Amino acid sequence: MTVGGPRGGHPRLQMPCLSKMERMIVSMQDPDMGIKMRNQRLLITVIPHAMTGNDIVEWLIQKYGISEEESLHLGNLIVKHGYIYPLKDPRSLTLRADESPYRFQTPYFWTSTKWPATELDYAIYLAKKNIRKQGDLIEHEKDNYNLLHKRINHTWDFVVMQAREQLRAAKQRRKGDRIVIDCQEQAYWLVNRPPPGAPSVLEQGPERRNCHTSRVQLNMDYYKREIEYCRKAMARTRVKSSICLEGYIKFNEQYVPHDPIMSGCLPSNPWITDDTTYWAMNAPTVLTPTKLRVERWGFDFSELLTDPLGRAQLLEFLKKEFSAENLSFWEACEELRYGEQSRIAEIVDSIYQQFLAPGATRWVNIDSKTMERTLEGIKTPHRYVMDDAQMHIYMLMKKDSYPRFLKSELYRNLLAEAVIPPETKKRVFPFMRKQRHSSPSPALLLPAGDAEDKIKGPTAVPEEES
Amino acid sequence: MEPSWALQSLDRISLPSLAFENAAEMATEGLHENETLASLKTEAESLKGKLEEERAKLHDVELHQVAERVEALGQFVMKTRRTLKGHGNKVLCMDWCKDKRRIVSSSQDGKVIVWDSFTTNKEHAVTMPCTWVMACAYAPSGCAIACGGLDNKCSVYPLTFDKNENMAAKKKSVAMHTNYLSACSFTNSDMQILTASGDGTCALWDVESGQLLQSFHGHGADVLCLDLAPSETGNTFVSGGCDKKAMVWDMRSGQCIQSFETHDSDINSVRYYPSGDAFASGSDDATCRLYDLRADREVAIYSKESIIFGASSVDFSLSGRLLFAGYNDYTINVWDVLKGSRVSILFGHENRVSTLRVSPDGTAFCSGSWDHTLRIWA
Repeated sequence: MTVGGPRGGHPRLQMPCLSKMERMIVSMQDPDMGIKMRNQRLLITVIPHAMTGNDIVEWLIQKYGISEEESLHLGNLIVKHGYIYPLKDPRSLTLRADESPYRFQTPYFWTSTKWPATELDYAIYLAKKNIRKQGDLIEHEKDNYNLLHKRINHTWDFVVMQAREQLRAAKQRRKGDRIVIDCQEQAYWLVNRPPPGAPSVLEQGPERRNCHTSRVQLNMDYYKREIEYCRKAMARTRVKSSICLEGYIKFNEQYVPHDPIMSGCLPSNPWITDDTTYWAMNAPTVLTPTKLRVERWGFDFSELLTDPLGRAQLLEFLKKEFSAENLSFWEACEELRYGEQSRIAEIVDSIYQQFLAPGATRWVNIDSKTMERTLEGIKTPHRYVMDDAQMHIYMLMKKDSYPRFLKSELYRNLLAEAVIPPETKKRVFPFMRKQRHSSPSPALLLPAGDAEDKIKGPTAVPEEES
Repeated sequence: MEPSWALQSLDRISLPSLAFENAAEMATEGLHENETLASLKTEAESLKGKLEEERAKLHDVELHQVAERVEALGQFVMKTRRTLKGHGNKVLCMDWCKDKRRIVSSSQDGKVIVWDSFTTNKEHAVTMPCTWVMACAYAPSGCAIACGGLDNKCSVYPLTFDKNENMAAKKKSVAMHTNYLSACSFTNSDMQILTASGDGTCALWDVESGQLLQSFHGHGADVLCLDLAPSETGNTFVSGGCDKKAMVWDMRSGQCIQSFETHDSDINSVRYYPSGDAFASGSDDATCRLYDLRADREVAIYSKESIIFGASSVDFSLSGRLLFAGYNDYTINVWDVLKGSRVSILFGHENRVSTLRVSPDGTAFCSGSWDHTLRIWA
């Protein structure tokens, strides 16, 4: 298992962002719509075809209609990936939104270039730096230099020779060009050999598409399956977009008032005010539920069923209608579907005894066809053997009992008695931080006495807020 | 006036369809030896094109058009309310406990931590024997966690507060794949786990025995993510992979029910819309997309020219109006799901955002990053 990194085999394949970045770079250099380049002065030297940090930020704001913060963030990433480099302070690949001069990296050094940065190239670069000015190497470069000197000692003469040759050729150039070439190289190596501890933009995480450990074979069977799937899919019924999309509008209308991030929550959002009353008032089992919660039970049968309090109320209602066994049966089937493999036969038998056997105490009323199929099926019990029967009972509750539940006195009383918590405003004084109390972990399945010993007290260290 | 996409698909199939016709003829003549791998592949491509045409036929309106009458969102302010520091390396995955405040998180150095994110206390910590723990999940009961990564396995750890017990001692090895574990999720109980792997398959396991209950084959490359459908009756889940496909599966039969292939690159994250009628995806192609299951097609793309880095993880707010997406450019973009526009961009993380989940009651969301921290936003 390999982990892709700066020295990896195919490091650039996982980075579609690089080709997008290059398109950005190209449009930044467009003669008409791109950044206006000019000569930038670096101390006494004039560097042509350069721009300021400000120019870059402004151009991004204009081109993409984004804020200055976003533009600076994006520009910084472009610099960190080595596509633009600073002329002043070239050891730090950051974008400053001021008059600092920058230049576009030569495509030869683009990060997406397929040839990997070899040890030899790096050694020559470090040797050049060392020869040109003793002590010019940064800490980690010194370490790398020594490491390489040991590792490729046999070719060190070649390294030094190359370094000297390149330096000699460089002396023939104008000072401005020399500075540019140095900065280009420096930026390239900062991207490809970042100092230890600094995040590398080339790091990608575990390698993907390793065919040696894959269970996928793109063989004839694979394509036959795809063809089979396509044929089936062509014949399926689809719903018109206009109808489906209306569904989102309706869902949105119903649920937005219940969405704490969209509409806030009463009395307050615990994360914002450090007050956990909202959680206490909406606990799984609570004496008086909130109005929003009771209203939500009316949106869909699944809402009533998933809320433990709602389900308990449904049970009460079904008892009055003498059909409580339906809910119990449904719950037992859920236990089968999601239960342990080893207990399947046991659970199936229990369900049969309680709900399906002739004369069973909680006999469920399923249609004869489904009953027949089910009774046949349980001779070879498996996890899904109750699916048909379970669905039948679910639909019965949903289509029959549920609408009556919503119209019942029980439900109307619940709505009437439901509470609307008053709003608590966020504390005005930021220094009087409210204590953040811990809560018992669900993993503590202990009798009440023992639990008290183990519950942690309130924390004393408040977390910093941004 | 034919929409341009229809013309494009016609172009694509005009030549291959000849090969298809020839192959069909030869098949009826019983000359199956002429079915080469290449012709099958071509036939599959051509059918895919025809399928897209069929799907397009019922697409009579765009989502943002329908959403014109919905009120626009006002000023949007979300801030970091908690920063969880404690991982010594990149945070790769996190999951919420049903109690709405506890979370489990896993990182590159093998550490898996359970936090009460409200108080920021660490409650449990275990070190896996492997690095790059890319998947972790909280059990529905809150009494156990599952995790895995480069060990190619998914292991379940019961959570204990007994100081004399070593959490690692009770570890149960459940799933076995032949490549890295990319995602895992408990189903409706603590006793079943669904996994996705770099070996190109998904699988359903019985926790107690470690038995493989069902496997799901169909992706053409690594599977990177999965999400279970929220339905009370359904038994389906969606997965996304390096083959750019998002596939919906029937858990009972192991069959692929629906497949969508519109992304240009790896799909890193998939998440169901709260109603269960659709799901969103986040990809390395820097877009997030919405796929409707009844219309059987992509119905929205969330993208911006200035966003060029991949989306690593997505999740919906409780009402499904907002889509939060974490990106590899260290930011989180908040999208208006109905109108298709970006509502806000959140800065704060100092490296890739690798994982993002909204809390079970929708009061906040948590993001984990390669900058070693997790943040709670509200």
